[in-house]
Amino acid sequence: MSPALALVAVVFVLVATGVYLVLERSLTRVLVGVILLSNGINVLFLVASGRAGAPALVGSAADSEMSDPLPQAMVLTAIVITLGLTAFLLAMAYRSWQLHGHDEVQDDVEDRQIRTRAGRDETSGSYDPDDEETPVEERSEDRRRAHASPAPADAPADGRAERRARRSAARGEERRARGRGERP
Amino acid sequence: MTGAVVAAAGLLAQAVALGGADGPDGAQGRGLRATQGQVLEWPTLVPLPVLVPLVAAGLALALARHRRAQAAVSISALAVVLVTAVAMLVAVQDVGTLVVTVGGWPADVGISLVADQLSTLMLSVSSAVTLGVLVYSVAQGAADGDDGAPVAIFHPTYLVLSAGVSNAFLSGDLFNLYVGFEMLLAASFVLLTLGGTSARIRAGSTYVVVSITSSLVFLVAIALVYAATGTANLAQLPERLDALPPGVQLVLHLSLLVAFGIKAAVFPLSAWLPDSYPTAPAPVTAVFAGLLTKVGVYAIIRTQTLLFPDGRLDDVLLVVALATMVFGILGAVAQSDVKRLLSFTLVSHIGFMVFGIAVGSVVGLAAAVFYVIHHITVQTTLFLVLGLVERRGGTTSMDHLGGVAKLSPLLGVLFFVPAMNLAGIPPLSGFLGKAGLIQAGVADGGVLPLVLVGGSVLTSLLTLYAVAKAWNRAFWSRPSTVDREEETRALEEDVPDASTTLSGVGEVQQRRDAVERAQGSVAPPEEDGEHVAAGALTGVEIDPERAPVEMTRVPRGMVAPTAALVALGLSLTVLAGPLLRVAEDSAAELLQRRPYVQAVLGQPAADRVSAPAVEDLPGSGR
Repeated sequence: MSPALALVAVVFVLVATGVYLVLERSLTRVLVGVILLSNGINVLFLVASGRAGAPALVGSAADSEMSDPLPQAMVLTAIVITLGLTAFLLAMAYRSWQLHGHDEVQDDVEDRQIRTRAGRDETSGSYDPDDEETPVEERSEDRRRAHASPAPADAPADGRAERRARRSAARGEERRARGRGERP
Repeated sequence: MTGAVVAAAGLLAQAVALGGADGPDGAQGRGLRATQGQVLEWPTLVPLPVLVPLVAAGLALALARHRRAQAAVSISALAVVLVTAVAMLVAVQDVGTLVVTVGGWPADVGISLVADQLSTLMLSVSSAVTLGVLVYSVAQGAADGDDGAPVAIFHPTYLVLSAGVSNAFLSGDLFNLYVGFEMLLAASFVLLTLGGTSARIRAGSTYVVVSITSSLVFLVAIALVYAATGTANLAQLPERLDALPPGVQLVLHLSLLVAFGIKAAVFPLSAWLPDSYPTAPAPVTAVFAGLLTKVGVYAIIRTQTLLFPDGRLDDVLLVVALATMVFGILGAVAQSDVKRLLSFTLVSHIGFMVFGIAVGSVVGLAAAVFYVIHHITVQTTLFLVLGLVERRGGTTSMDHLGGVAKLSPLLGVLFFVPAMNLAGIPPLSGFLGKAGLIQAGVADGGVLPLVLVGGSVLTSLLTLYAVAKAWNRAFWSRPSTVDREEETRALEEDVPDASTTLSGVGEVQQRRDAVERAQGSVAPPEEDGEHVAAGALTGVEIDPERAPVEMTRVPRGMVAPTAALVALGLSLTVLAGPLLRVAEDSAAELLQRRPYVQAVLGQPAADRVSAPAVEDLPGSGR
């Protein structure tokens, strides 16, 4: 079986543009990419079904004339499924726009924290200096400096006023402080 | 919000339509019949695990305004599925593989549902776990009393998820397997973004796009397979695939493995998982962690045994398994949030299963099957326990938790047992699975399997380290660094952390309530009193008489199913003998290939399929 060149070309163009769009950051573009991709794959099923033939309706043509109906049934199912998924993606893009004013896929929060920590050469929030054996003087000294230098001295909360001040502090500031791992 | 609901309803209707097309009632089993004199033919049971949840999903959607009726419908539906699955598991031992050709179409044209040992085993465990999680979430919804939230769609979606999982396990057709995947994926999209909070939409975007990509890759693979062989039936494929030139076989094999590898979260394709799972509500994370990746593993098992048994990609799989184990567990060690830690161990332990599959001997495959069963139970249980911990302590971050075991010894036990099971401490089932895998690797004797044996030992140790760290910091130690932070966090308007209530919207309010209760119940507003208030949230200096523990106590309805699943995990240890026998049986059956083909298409077709030489095992001859 040698497939029709035109169909293969269509598959190629649809899939290539689809992949390009899926790699974009905005959900609506991803959505268009998914639609193009799945349509490309639907055409691929037509290629897979072999040569073209008469409609596969019993009695309309001789059996040998008919095209293979099975891939067509599969494509129909795939189209319905893609419709549902497209609707869901649209809803999600809309919700994202509602929440953030844009529909871009965001970075993982933890990943971002780890990256900024690595940039500042800090240990993670789960690092516990008590775990460390004592003799390694210089190393823990280094670490303490890394912890202490950018942080405002975070004394134990001993007053109501201070707590209120902390509460009202800018959220980013607070989160950064927490990321550093406060020491009493 | 309404958009999501509409989309969910659309997906549901579509899933129901798809399922309906799969399973009209005609159970014209071609498989082996039950012994004479029996009224019920066993194959009649086969479509039930798909049909019952789908019908119940429709019912539950209609009953959206009647919470109790809805819960009753879904729980009874899943109970029926569990009973059916166990009955089939027993029946398969007696009468052999059960086959239903749906609608009475012959197997080479229509869709067949096949229940062999592997399918029924997976189905039994997965339905037990889904039922447990459902009971848990019903109790959680009852405890929260969040009436305005869109939890009405939780039950129908959950049932569709369960139907999709069953369909994937039972499918005897590559395309029907795809439909099963899509059903469970569509349902999982809705469940993951339930409530549409900011964090969940963020996590959901990644998850949805990755899942759709994997589905599209799978679809391409099906199209290629069909183009090459002219069929998608799993029983017809072995013969026709064997006849293909090796290059074509390699392409088909690789594309199927990539598609399933994304779903199973095998290393280079696993980055989506730890990012997306932890933000979902606790029961949803639990069921995802238990089931979704295992469906991918199941599909890999079928690919490696039934479709492409000649082991041309075994070395690739071994390397990938090693990378999955090691990178996954290194990720887990670095986490400070217990939920994320467990998501990474989930990735890591997928590597053990792939290891067993790639070794490809009866022992290895049996150990992999046993490990899948063990891991479904344990991982789900751990996430459920974390849901309880989060309710009690307000967070799952190790930085903020502390002394949970003292605050609630029951929670401590519930976490400790499955955690040790996960790490593979000797008497427990995790140890047995790992021991089987190591045995298989050593028996194989190749260099790469031996390296993997080393890798799996290392991974086990690191798993032990990771869960021990979680145990020490969250459950055992006193929370020294936490002073008033918990409170500040809860009072803040938009908490960046994952929210665990089903609705998501009530989460902030709930935390604030907890804080207010804690503050309100302290009589003297002095330093001393504040310590007690903090204790209610973080578990330090709790005096059971005075402290407001009563308010944050977790509901019994949530503890009971968790405890039941812990018990199920333990029973896997007790029943390890018979279970391993079944696993070995099914492994031998899988590697022989012929029993499957023979059950679906009959003896002549089976004789045309080449079966690789399998070392004879007691009880493997059938």
